[in-house]
Amino acid sequence: MSPVLVPPRPGASPVAAGLPEPFASWFAARGWRPRRHQLAMLELAKDGRDVLLVAPTGGGKTLAGFLPSLVELAERGGGEGIHTLYVSPLKALSADVARNLETPIREMGLPVSLAVRTGDTKAAARARQRRRPPDLLLTTPESLALLLSYPDAAERFASLRAVVLDELHALAESKRGVLLALGLSRLRSLAPGARFVGLSATVADPAALRRWLAPTPERVALVEGEPGAKPELLILIPEGPMPWAGHYATHAAPAVLELVRRHRTSIVFVNTRAQAEVLFGLLWRLNADNLPIALHHGSLEAEQRRKVEAAMAAGKLRAVVATSSLDLGIDWGDVDLVVQVGAPKGAARLLQRIGRANHRLEEPSKAVLVPANRFEVLECLAAREAVEEGALDGGTIAPGGLDVLAQHLTGIACAGPFDADRVFEEVRATAPYAGLARADFDAVLDFVATGGYALGRYERFRRLVRGPDGLWRLSDPRLARQYRMNVGTIVEAPVMKVRLGPRGRRLGEVEEYFVSTLSPGDTFLFAGRLLEFVGVQEDEVIVKKGRGGEPKVPAYAGGKLPLTNALSARVKAMLADPARWGEFPAPVREWLDAQARRSTTGAPSELLVETFPRGGRQFLVAYPMAGRNAHQTLGMLLTRRMERLGLAPLGFVASDYCIAVWGRRPVERPQELFTVDLLADDLEEWMAESSVVKRTFRNCVVVAGLVERRHPGRQKTGRQLTMSADLIYDVLRKYEPDHVLLRAARAEAAHGMTDIRRLSDLLNAVQGRIRHVRLPRISPFAVAIVAGIGKEFVGGEALDRELEAAVEELVREAMG
Amino acid sequence: MRPEPLRLAGRELLLDPAGAVFWPERAMLVLADLHLGKAEALARRGLLAPPHELAATLDRLEALLDRYRPRLALSLGDGFHDGRAARALEGWAFDRLAALVRRQDWLWITGNHDPAIPLSLGGAVLDRLELDGLTFVHVPSGAAGEVAGHLHPVARIATRAGRVQRRRCFACDGVRLVLPATGALAGGLNVLDPAIAGLFPSGFKAFLLGADRIFPIPAEHLLPDLDPYRHRLPDERSPRPAAT
Repeated sequence: MSPVLVPPRPGASPVAAGLPEPFASWFAARGWRPRRHQLAMLELAKDGRDVLLVAPTGGGKTLAGFLPSLVELAERGGGEGIHTLYVSPLKALSADVARNLETPIREMGLPVSLAVRTGDTKAAARARQRRRPPDLLLTTPESLALLLSYPDAAERFASLRAVVLDELHALAESKRGVLLALGLSRLRSLAPGARFVGLSATVADPAALRRWLAPTPERVALVEGEPGAKPELLILIPEGPMPWAGHYATHAAPAVLELVRRHRTSIVFVNTRAQAEVLFGLLWRLNADNLPIALHHGSLEAEQRRKVEAAMAAGKLRAVVATSSLDLGIDWGDVDLVVQVGAPKGAARLLQRIGRANHRLEEPSKAVLVPANRFEVLECLAAREAVEEGALDGGTIAPGGLDVLAQHLTGIACAGPFDADRVFEEVRATAPYAGLARADFDAVLDFVATGGYALGRYERFRRLVRGPDGLWRLSDPRLARQYRMNVGTIVEAPVMKVRLGPRGRRLGEVEEYFVSTLSPGDTFLFAGRLLEFVGVQEDEVIVKKGRGGEPKVPAYAGGKLPLTNALSARVKAMLADPARWGEFPAPVREWLDAQARRSTTGAPSELLVETFPRGGRQFLVAYPMAGRNAHQTLGMLLTRRMERLGLAPLGFVASDYCIAVWGRRPVERPQELFTVDLLADDLEEWMAESSVVKRTFRNCVVVAGLVERRHPGRQKTGRQLTMSADLIYDVLRKYEPDHVLLRAARAEAAHGMTDIRRLSDLLNAVQGRIRHVRLPRISPFAVAIVAGIGKEFVGGEALDRELEAAVEELVREAMG
Repeated sequence: MRPEPLRLAGRELLLDPAGAVFWPERAMLVLADLHLGKAEALARRGLLAPPHELAATLDRLEALLDRYRPRLALSLGDGFHDGRAARALEGWAFDRLAALVRRQDWLWITGNHDPAIPLSLGGAVLDRLELDGLTFVHVPSGAAGEVAGHLHPVARIATRAGRVQRRRCFACDGVRLVLPATGALAGGLNVLDPAIAGLFPSGFKAFLLGADRIFPIPAEHLLPDLDPYRHRLPDERSPRPAAT
């Protein structure tokens, strides 16, 4: 990594005098002292440098990002077009930052105007922004893409001096970030004088983010904020029996409530919305003192979430049970405890969550980890170790998909005629597309122009035409409207609003699939309530207060993060080193001892494979610890191969730690299964048939604009979209298997959902090191996964036997 | 490939997993809603759906004719997506379709999408056919002995793996039968929608199309579509009957 630029240049003004007036007085009046990294940002801005600022939360990061712009505008005056563009991943964060900026602007009387532009911005406000551009414009990646698609984009952004990207670490990892990277590259062309500033939480690999920020990373200065005090991390093992399986940690609810009671304000993080509902319900059942405890997750009605956030900010809550919906952004100073219930999954993620507590940098944040089962205890221990060592994980830059590129090229065409060579250079300048081949670029351009089918079959229906000037332009201006209704890379599972009573208020939304499993009278937990399903009216789910029964809990697709490689390596090392077990909690120690006695805990370089009979079936349990996604893929491939070898597999289930396969015959030589050619032989075929690729394809056709998310005048629902995308998938797979959209879908499936790289690394690493243990019965390690069999499946309706058999065959056929 | 035997109004029929009906006694093959030219109709509106739709649908048709070698083939209406598609069929596709039509006797029952069949394709044109107590017609009325298309039935079921499968299907109560669409890009209407379910006053079974067999599943086990919108592509007219 090239030299790190932290302090101001030698001889620069001393800290106290580092700020010009009226900023120095304003800081002084508040009893603040400018932080070193804030001053560094000012110095670097004077030189017009791009900057990556990496600092923990509570370090005044956002202000540091805006300070140079405010100073410049204070000197020069505003009103000369957009000076600074701010992009954050959340609408709510942009709105929050706007509020936080208004205070210094007002108190110092700065001649600075600001406006927020997101999907929520009303038409009148948008028109006003166009007539009189604000000095500071706060927006999201999608709204930026929209702004860039208008013919006046060049004019609108010509005045731009700075671009500030908040929570860059989160953006760069996502598909939304890919679209943003393309938009930023466009901005660099439109406003060559602008500085680009990335604000990021502490990350494992700042170099990758610097490259993401600018094509010439060596010109991007890295400023590191002062590290905060080391967090205090405790692991909570409540009295009583420790669960063998499950992720809900229901056993720990009384202890969690006790922690809440002993602190001022707590955030209780969980990993899924279902966990949030269950834990929230439990806490309230125990909450004899009526402590104000709230619930926050992404499926709740926005109004409800805003209320919870406001109550939190006003210090009216003692605790909020939250999912990743509170991971980012909004600052509330008074949180003195963070509880992580369930496995943390990654050290960087854990650190981000811990950072939600105590935004005063000098005091340590306090966090308690609550593992839900024995494997999770190991994971918590590993995560704590990693955080204490400052060893962060994760943070891979999302690769550039061909579907996102198609959307971008359409957007550029909407703004005006473009030169393909220039745009290719622009695209290649972004980190996600640095390795893009010209042939692929041309294939995407052809897709946008004619659908990209062999033999140029749709010449007569061209959407883009190339003029005698060599420039590409839209064939029909109406296509621009179509594009603008469909901007964005997030394609969500179809959901339905939940309403309490036919004319009651809305509580939020659940996935349509979940609704299809309900019959009138069924109860379920949602929005912190026990609800009874009444029926479906129009496109809404009507519910009333439930009276009891066994409630279901709505599950949501996605959202489950796999265990990171770094944490998994630590867990493996712990397992292989009995000398360390002494420090572990008693139930875990006993469990490890029993495993060592009956089977083995394995060595880091080996792959442990156990086989045993149980309940008339033959089980194989392997412990690659490569994360749920990789194990899912492995399960598909293993069962395929077992079928070919005549081993009659019946099913499999995967967790973050292991995979269990069961069948009618025992596996005698697992070495024959876990071979490197497992990937080569079976993967291609499996990818072609698998529903994973089909699902990814649905997303790609929408992002690329072949199937519309919205059409002027009405919105297609998720399922309508599913429908047509699946038919297109079937036809393309058969008649044009190399179509650019199928390539996009396969690439995305390979990267995101199936972790193929991790799998192939794993298989390579364990060749010749498969440790096969034959057991007369289930091992202590295997209990967690075998107990989970059956629970992984969501109960449907009571189907008769014949039907079940038919359905299973259907599933097999569809799933490969 | 295992066709499913079905008794309809006293006649023995076979349901083929590709979505067609074969009537051995008459050596007659029936298929519905080919919607040839749909991709092109979408493309005219700026949605560049795969042009392979034509090849895919014709391949399906050819495979069926090869499998059953019928004396008579019957298209139950909406053979073409629209009148323009029938006139503008690409040369190769026209020739291929004409060759398939001439392999046996061919009858075009006219649908709401294709009142004008080009004469040069071959085959006779009728608005309905009555034979041995069965009536072959495009739009079903619910009458006994009716074999119809038009509604593109699809069925959804929840599987044990917690997923929803959505498949094209036949719908039948032993008295009347509705066929699925054969066209590769033809959309579908949930079989529980009143437009279809309403044809069967005392319940029905859906016969879901699998890769090489049919899955008969009683309507009670099927899932509805949950929203008021149908899965129509932007240009598609409603497949509901014009009048009931």
